[in-house]
Amino acid sequence: MPKETLLEVNHIDAFHGSFQALWDVSLSVKPGEIVAIIGANGSGKSTLLDTISGLVHPAKGSIEFEGKNISTLEPFKIVDLGISQTPEGRRIFPDLTVFENLKIGSYNRRARSERAHNLQKVYQLFPLLEERKTQLAKTLSGGEQQMLALGRGLMSNPKLMLLDEISLGLAPLLVNELYRALKEIRERGITILFVEQNVRRSLIEADKAYIMEAGRVVLSGNVEDLREEEKVKKAYFGA
Amino acid sequence: MTILADLSMPIVMGILLGGLYAVIALGLSLVFGVVKEINIAHGDLVILGSYFGYVAMTIIGIDPILSLIIGGPLLFGFGFVIQKYLLNRAFKISMDATLIIAFGISIILQNTYQLIWTPFPRGLTTSYALKSFSAGPIRFPLVYLLNFIVAIVVMLFLREFLRRTYLGIAIRAAAQDRKAAHLMGINTDRVYSFTFAIAVAMAAIAGVFLGLTFPFTPISGLPFLIIALGVIVLGGLGSIAGTFVGGIAFGLAQTLGGYFFGVAAQMLVAYVMVLVVLAVIPRGIFGR
Repeated sequence: MPKETLLEVNHIDAFHGSFQALWDVSLSVKPGEIVAIIGANGSGKSTLLDTISGLVHPAKGSIEFEGKNISTLEPFKIVDLGISQTPEGRRIFPDLTVFENLKIGSYNRRARSERAHNLQKVYQLFPLLEERKTQLAKTLSGGEQQMLALGRGLMSNPKLMLLDEISLGLAPLLVNELYRALKEIRERGITILFVEQNVRRSLIEADKAYIMEAGRVVLSGNVEDLREEEKVKKAYFGA
Repeated sequence: MTILADLSMPIVMGILLGGLYAVIALGLSLVFGVVKEINIAHGDLVILGSYFGYVAMTIIGIDPILSLIIGGPLLFGFGFVIQKYLLNRAFKISMDATLIIAFGISIILQNTYQLIWTPFPRGLTTSYALKSFSAGPIRFPLVYLLNFIVAIVVMLFLREFLRRTYLGIAIRAAAQDRKAAHLMGINTDRVYSFTFAIAVAMAAIAGVFLGLTFPFTPISGLPFLIIALGVIVLGGLGSIAGTFVGGIAFGLAQTLGGYFFGVAAQMLVAYVMVLVVLAVIPRGIFGR
């Protein structure tokens, strides 16, 4: 594994209005890794992703991507640099067709010239999307919408994908399929940082994990080590 | 039989007039659907198009329709600047702020028109503006037919633009989910500026055809703003097809109202119909 880091989050604080959602959060992701952020509802996982995406700007600390400070950039510039986010609840565009949703994923200039190529790869990963390309996105089932959301994220030609709760509310079989897709996405050289409430799953799928509680990172490390950690076992595996 | 023959006149006139109303309302509907702003200066921007055509015709001596080759892009730029430097900043404060800014723009425009062109009515009296056209038993002004054709052309252009181009899809995406649009790398401020610019360019087109059809004064914007609001309420907010159908419904209500209750009551009939439609289908004919 290359030793340089792709994403470096340094001691950030972030707020929602006057509510402090993140406290001194640090995290680092190396190229090619799959990294999980684990925690209960309201622990600040989604805010952390939104801060990396530039939807929320950190009040303190810095975020570096490929060595460049991105903490004050607008969201569209961050997408341009190669970070895409698949937000919680999918947030596909309901009244656009499946194809239009994918096309708009490649809105940034870097991705436009690669559109045909990326579209091919997305259809390869989720053949169902090609079958349904002329349908309005709102007519898809929950699992299909999640595939579309992932495909849309891939269309932006990302180096790093931020995924927020992709398995939420989906049947186990579909969840398996989505995680199989993640492995395939990683094989294509895309780094993945994902947020998940399902701890057991995360500690299987990821290489490294950060555990968050009330806006702070309370534990982090390789998943093999974390699985053996007493605290984790007690809190999440009931052992 | 005679009542049918008599009715055919107001029906044809109503439908054709509806085309003009649709073009006037289209920009208002687009901005409302995408940026969620109610642009109460829209009527005055339409009249700006009328005065531009007037200047082109009387001072430069070119046909007002032809003048749109310059007027369209000019008003496009004007719209872009208004949204970029005023409204984009205002709606980060609150939606009320955009309403107040638009109201201010409306007052400034009206007073500017008064200063330059006086309160006297003007019209784009070209040779073809006075020609009429007959089909069977009915005769109607040629410009009414022109208005209707222009309505269809403008709508088709807008529809294809919104369907096929990156910017067009981005406009629809930003209308549906602003946060998700940000995450797709869309600069929503820029998209809103383009949306408003397109709306004002369409207002310029509407203004020229309005000027060919009716005389206008510096304060003519207001009645047409109110008609346009009625049209988009009828058709369903933010829908192109709805705006077209709403325009025709409004035009028909006006001409048939005039036929049955007299010209003095025609607008009353149209607005009563808007209220009835609002009460029965609050989302409008094509509303989601």
